[in-house]
Amino acid sequence: MDNLRKEWLLNALLAGALFAVPLWAWMANEPFIITLATRIAILAIAAVGLNIALGLGGMVSFGHALYLGVGGYVAGIAAYHAFNGTTVMGLPGTNQMLPIWGVAMVVSGLVAGIVGALSLRTSGIFFIMITLAFAQMGFFFTLSWPAYGGEDGLPIFMRNQFPGLNTARPWELFLVAYGVLLVTLALFAMLRAARFGAALMAIRQNPDRAAAIGISPFGIKLVAFVLSGMITGLAGAMMADLTRFVSPAMMAWTMSGELIVIIILGGVGRLFGPVAGAAILVGFEVFFGGLTEHWKLWLGLVLLAVVLFARGGLIGLIAGRAQNG
Amino acid sequence: MTPLLDLENLHVFYGASQALFGVSLQVREGQAVALMGRNGMGKSTTIATACRMLPLRTGAVRFAGRDISAAPSFRAARLGIGLVPEGRRCFPNLTVTENLIASARPGPWDLARVQGFFPRLAERTHQLAATLSGGEQQMLAIGRALMTNPRLLVLDEATEGLAPVIRQEIWAAITKLKADGLSILLVDKTLSEILPFADHCVILERGAVAWQGQPEALSADIATTYLGV
Repeated sequence: MDNLRKEWLLNALLAGALFAVPLWAWMANEPFIITLATRIAILAIAAVGLNIALGLGGMVSFGHALYLGVGGYVAGIAAYHAFNGTTVMGLPGTNQMLPIWGVAMVVSGLVAGIVGALSLRTSGIFFIMITLAFAQMGFFFTLSWPAYGGEDGLPIFMRNQFPGLNTARPWELFLVAYGVLLVTLALFAMLRAARFGAALMAIRQNPDRAAAIGISPFGIKLVAFVLSGMITGLAGAMMADLTRFVSPAMMAWTMSGELIVIIILGGVGRLFGPVAGAAILVGFEVFFGGLTEHWKLWLGLVLLAVVLFARGGLIGLIAGRAQNG
Repeated sequence: MTPLLDLENLHVFYGASQALFGVSLQVREGQAVALMGRNGMGKSTTIATACRMLPLRTGAVRFAGRDISAAPSFRAARLGIGLVPEGRRCFPNLTVTENLIASARPGPWDLARVQGFFPRLAERTHQLAATLSGGEQQMLAIGRALMTNPRLLVLDEATEGLAPVIRQEIWAAITKLKADGLSILLVDKTLSEILPFADHCVILERGAVAWQGQPEALSADIATTYLGV
């Protein structure tokens, strides 16, 4: 069996398992497992966003928690004002997920545009540090912003709603997250197959060579970075709804690291890398977290093993080297 | 008539050392110009300057009547300078198709036409460029440049290091492109292959134009003096 077919089979298996396990849990009345699957789906959406910048474009953003947090705060603030019946900047709050997602994506896209326009003038270690610096600015800004809870965070009393579904029920919220995950994965696949994706990968391999044949590295990378931030921002809004709580911790640098870890564990630049990575991370947290408080030590060892011996992550281990390395 | 590519009095430096001392040359619409000279005489530097990959101290690069002396390289490529770089320089970890579409711009040359022009590329659409033979990579590099729908094709040592059969294939392809009316600027060393092809020859010697004229006028004397053959 060739690697391409193996990868498709593995992808189908992952997509199937992520649906089948919570389906079983729903029928067996195990809401905790459904919530775990929802968390995996939402983390995977965030990582799909990062995978556009990191996997396709080679931009190691160490500040993607910023967009996760921006999306989260958009959801939290909208719900807060909807609950109080007050307005924010002349606009009423809302408890509808669809407009919240729209605003979350626009705002995180704008923030990513500003951060990207400044950071993409650098590369390598400086790019990593400058994206981290921007995320830390967001972190400390929310920390010292008393209007929306400051360091105590902002609770969402009633989960925001999705038309036709009761999002208070774990299974129906899972369906929303799973649906959005499939859409973002399809978007990623289309992007990678398109001329834009080829140009982005060409820039990652050699920006000067790409420029010599007519590809503007800065413009393409900026568009990819903004798209990446928008998808991660969408995941942030959903994450806030899942936990019904948003706090500066969502923008902490450890969260940025977690997103990178997810991609490395799953497979950098691979379509289902984020799904595999998110499942591994959440799985570790639950199973080893139940055994020992120091589960991150074991995660660290696994990460070390992946980086040293299986650079393609789980997908690379099973389906061989990436077709587009 | 304004020439398509007009290099005027180029002075180019690598750091402190000067590589070009006032090179001027023109390529007219539909013309095939050969840039010749021994190693280290400034051929590739002239190409890199024309493609805006090197800054120039004085002089001007004009393309289709526009001054692009200060333009970045991607702008020059988009205006219609299609570069086939020395050593091919494909993207090794992209597939053949991805290499072709990455820099594609709308025009008569599309994927189907390039695949028709180089049937070997059509057989290897999903293969990584790194796994192609040298000749196939050369075809890919030319195909990639054609996909940008250039007005001027710039070939830097397009047949270097290839097997004789493949060289012939590449020359046949370039000759076909010239017959279609594409303007070409090429660097090459093999006199016997250049002379029947080029409309105009320019010989560089120590970063300056030493001789230029029609290929028929290139006497054995001149060839010995400047090309060492």
